Amino acid sequence: MPQLDFSTYLPQIFWLFVTFGVLYITMAKVALPRIGEIIEERRDRIAADLDQAERLRAETDEAIASYEKALGDARGEAHNIAQSTRDKLATKADKKRKEVEARLATKLEKSEAKIAKMTDNAMAEVGDIATTTTASLVNLLLGEDADSKHVSQAVKAQLSH
Amino acid sequence: MAVTEDHGPMAQFKITTYKEINVGGYDISFTNSALMMVIAVVAIVLFTILSMRGRSIVPTRMQSLAELSYEFIAGMIRENIGSGGLKFFPFVFSLFMFVLVLNLIGLVPYSFTVTSHIAVTFIMAMAVFLLVTIYGFMKHGFGFLKLFAPAGLPIYMYPIITPIEIVSYLSRPLSLSVRLFANMLAGHTMLKVFAGFVIALGFFGVVPLVVIVMFTGLELLVAVLQAYVFAILTCIYLNDAVNLH
Repeated sequence: MPQLDFSTYLPQIFWLFVTFGVLYITMAKVALPRIGEIIEERRDRIAADLDQAERLRAETDEAIASYEKALGDARGEAHNIAQSTRDKLATKADKKRKEVEARLATKLEKSEAKIAKMTDNAMAEVGDIATTTTASLVNLLLGEDADSKHVSQAVKAQLSH
Repeated sequence: MAVTEDHGPMAQFKITTYKEINVGGYDISFTNSALMMVIAVVAIVLFTILSMRGRSIVPTRMQSLAELSYEFIAGMIRENIGSGGLKFFPFVFSLFMFVLVLNLIGLVPYSFTVTSHIAVTFIMAMAVFLLVTIYGFMKHGFGFLKLFAPAGLPIYMYPIITPIEIVSYLSRPLSLSVRLFANMLAGHTMLKVFAGFVIALGFFGVVPLVVIVMFTGLELLVAVLQAYVFAILTCIYLNDAVNLH
């Protein structure tokens, strides 16, 4: 069994020390610090990127909020303008309608008065005509003129009921 | 020599000297074991340094792999030791990568498995043991001995518990090194034994061949798992020294 050949122990152990020593020094002084540095750098970079992403997201949220607010304001203003315009127009239309109504009422009153007057006139004329006719009839029937006062009284009495 | 060359299942563990070196009477020859260790270290250094050459925020595939192994060991230390264990990070990382790559290289046919030799695994386990012990005494002074007398036990339990704790503590380097060495040894020997059957059985050698293919997959798992076990046990032992409980 070659493992028990003690004459090979010293060279094995000597070269173990030499090679492992070189390996240890290279790892400890060069290789591992470099790997650690790069891993650290990457970790920092990722953390920084995440921070920036977080900040940008906050900014975006803020922008969206202010946009929403502006939109809400504009909508409210538009609503107000529409409302006031509608009110103004309604008032104006109301006023005009009232004017027209008043004018129509006046005209109606005047016309009614005129009609009433005309009716009165007509009635009066009906009385005259009746009186004249009655007088003529009396003249024809009796051959003499009737007292005009009596005639008109009689006609009036007849007409009044 | 060439005629009697050993082709048995254990031949793969033979240490072959490439260049004899002798310093002050000590044999420090460059062997196949040393070559594999050099290859492993070069591979790990190239992997961890070249893959990070781009230093990109969005990693390439290789950079991802290097970062993944970094995070893996860093997480292991954080979970098992806490922030006090970060000073041992380069050590645990080097140990894990070293064992892992040596185990994996050992699976390549005609290569050599450094971790199948108890001399290497025992020295690595001993290094962990000494590191834990020395750091424990440096940090806690003689208070580190409280490790052998866990608090909150009835007083009559201590004469029983303390010797058990001491024995289990002292056997750590042995269990740590034998676990790795034996796993590698057993797996590779088994592969070699079945490989011998392939030729010996002629046509029916197909059966052991299929078995070898499946066992190679299993060995791949064992190679990774043993490196992981070695690293996590190192963390658990270091935890005793860092956070005396």
